Amino acid sequence: MSSEIDFSGWSCPLPLRDYPNIVLGHGGGGKLSAELVENLFVPAFRNSVIEGLGDSAVLRVPPGRLAFSTDSYVVRPLFFPGGSIGELAVNGTVNDLAMSGAHPLYLSVAFIIEEGLPMATLGEIVERMRIAAHLAGVQIVTGDTKVVEKGHGDGCFVNTAGIGVVPDGREIGPGRAKPGDVVIVSGTLGDHGMAVMSVREGLQFDSVIQSDSAALNGMVEAIFAASADIHVLRDPTRGGLASSLNEIAAQSKVGIALSEENLPVKSDVAAACELLGMDPIYVANEGKLVAIVDESSAERVLRAMRHHPLGSDAAVIGTVIAERAGMLTAKTKIGGTRVIPMQIGEQLPRIC
Amino acid sequence: MKYLNEFRDGETAQRLFREIGRITTKPWALMEVCGGQTHSIIRNGIDQLLSEKIELIHGPGCPVCVTPLEMIDKALAIAAKPGVIFSSFGDMLRVPGSQKDLFRIKSEGGDIRIVYSPLDALKIARENPGREVVFFGIGFETTAPANAMAVSLAAKEKLRNFSVLISHVLVPPAMEAIMSSSINRVQGFLAAGHVCSVMGYWQYPALAERFNVPIVITGFEPLDVLDGIRRAVIQLEAGRHEVENAYGRVVTFEGNKPAQEMLEKVFHVTDRVWRGIGMIPKSGWSLRAEYRDFDAEYKFAVRNIVTQESSLCRAGEVLQGAIKPTDCAAFGKACTPRSPLGATMVSSEGACAAYFNYGRFVKVEDLATACPAK
Amino acid sequence: MCLAVPGEVKEIYEASGTRMGRVNFGGITKEVCLAYLPDIAVGDYTIVHVGFAISRIDEESAKKTLQMFHDLGILEEELNAPLPVRDP
Repeated sequence: MSSEIDFSGWSCPLPLRDYPNIVLGHGGGGKLSAELVENLFVPAFRNSVIEGLGDSAVLRVPPGRLAFSTDSYVVRPLFFPGGSIGELAVNGTVNDLAMSGAHPLYLSVAFIIEEGLPMATLGEIVERMRIAAHLAGVQIVTGDTKVVEKGHGDGCFVNTAGIGVVPDGREIGPGRAKPGDVVIVSGTLGDHGMAVMSVREGLQFDSVIQSDSAALNGMVEAIFAASADIHVLRDPTRGGLASSLNEIAAQSKVGIALSEENLPVKSDVAAACELLGMDPIYVANEGKLVAIVDESSAERVLRAMRHHPLGSDAAVIGTVIAERAGMLTAKTKIGGTRVIPMQIGEQLPRIC
Repeated sequence: MKYLNEFRDGETAQRLFREIGRITTKPWALMEVCGGQTHSIIRNGIDQLLSEKIELIHGPGCPVCVTPLEMIDKALAIAAKPGVIFSSFGDMLRVPGSQKDLFRIKSEGGDIRIVYSPLDALKIARENPGREVVFFGIGFETTAPANAMAVSLAAKEKLRNFSVLISHVLVPPAMEAIMSSSINRVQGFLAAGHVCSVMGYWQYPALAERFNVPIVITGFEPLDVLDGIRRAVIQLEAGRHEVENAYGRVVTFEGNKPAQEMLEKVFHVTDRVWRGIGMIPKSGWSLRAEYRDFDAEYKFAVRNIVTQESSLCRAGEVLQGAIKPTDCAAFGKACTPRSPLGATMVSSEGACAAYFNYGRFVKVEDLATACPAK
Repeated sequence: MCLAVPGEVKEIYEASGTRMGRVNFGGITKEVCLAYLPDIAVGDYTIVHVGFAISRIDEESAKKTLQMFHDLGILEEELNAPLPVRDP
């Protein structure tokens, strides 16, 4: 949860100290807004672009194709074991860029804050974003803040958008899976979703499950270093692995066949899913990727992933096939076959 | 997880499939009563690997599926009332009423909260003394003790703002109704293991005797289900019709006495309409008069509910095992998990949803070639 | 119906006059109402449905069942060349 913020590192802490909570004025574009930018955001995200305080960030980017992605983060609660909306907002967009094969470079961040949110909470979120951006090697160069009336905002919503550059020669995308390809996942499934579930009102339980939120661009580079024959990269966030693979199967017009017993799941995540009647294959991940690669590259790519700190549990989980195009199936542990469909809406805990 | 993983062992499952194949000489039709068993069968592919001679007919043991339409509409009406906090198990959120479902009510501003246990709903009531908190108390005999405890504690604490919408259904009367039906094809039952962990199985010998059917109390993990099938087939092949307990690690003949005492204290038997099936006499529980203050049906003016079931929906026939979901013209077309016409397509263990989600609209043989052995 | 999960009782206590406990399910723990199992003890296993322990798991019975499954394998060997079921 939020800890004491060290105000002394900021250039002019006094105005912020007068406001323990966010008020409507902080989003109004006037003096309060300016103070928030100057005393909270700029010092946290410190770089020459943001310090310019221009209406837009003017950037020089290396040659190549530009990758551009955006995502909004509405997670509740704002803080959960292993992370917060801050890490999600940075890592999520960094990962979307990385999944296209891009080197992520710059992020924008837009806050929509509920009136009354404690300043310390916002400060903690911003600090987490600073650290995440630093770890990912990206800079946050522009942003916006709006404040809504109490009762309309769930505390804090964040949007990030990001740009990156895709080096020539990288042609990956969800439509590029081919029969014969090998499906590899970088680690255990369902950690993030169950970490959030563990602190959700009405469902909470005690565990050491941590969100796996992490920037994957480093591991993606390691994958490309191992082989040029990467067909698809995807980070299975909302909807879990099942949703990502269903989408890929549909876009590539192929079938994907998994082996259930090869799916890596931590035992306490599995236990939490048992308790709530949920299936880890549908639970969100925030620091995992699935790679679909040419058969000949599979061994090298797997090794490269396993060597990377974020990929130590990487495993081959299935193959791409020509039959049953658009469908995701799995061999069950007892030798049967199940179809794994797209889920309808959010997976809900069940008693039946 | 202990007591879970051991009963999912693949090699042992294969062994049981072969054993069942070895002992089955004639065709038999078995019904697994509990929706959780249906879920386990379809999800693990047990029906695909079972001897062709054995037909599994899926029973109406899905409380979500059989909760009467009128009760769903009452729930929706209560949930839509301003100021009410409506709490429910997750399963009920997407069940279609005559017009809407709880998710729709939520999007229209209703305060609807998913809980894991009725005690969580009680907690919400204690923490929100100014709001009316209602809990949707559905379920079979397994869930009834939990709901009863919530009511009992509310009464003890004199919680003025808590009430329960009770819609319990009972298994033995349903089994009796199925066996008495002229279209019944069921020759043996896999009884609901967790219902029996509460109620025991002293109610079954009379049924087995009267209708000449073997009844095997069965669990839920793949090996439990296979063992239940194996024992039922052994009996059928030998012409026996006894009650047998294949879930001995959890179920005893008498069941859970303290739970049964609480049930007796809080509920009384009532006639109950089963959605898609019709009225089965003495097949439900409702709150006793002493607990009227906690009975949401009385607390809220939810009369004049006009129910309207889809004319295309054949959930009732599916629930009785008369047809397979694939026999229904609407299956997979007008009726899918995204746009369900009836409850059997909504519930994760409803036969229609299970068939759709686990691919039973694809022929089993085709499915097999789709997944080369790894 | 009836998703009930096995767990180990780690702690038993009273809360507002009701017998409650902490049950460990494969690494995660949750508060569970033990009112319906007045004789259950710490270290016992129970199955839990919607936050209520409804039955104690009989370890002996579980062992017997698993042993019986194991013996089926021996029986199969004795019978030699078991009849195949249709290929999955």
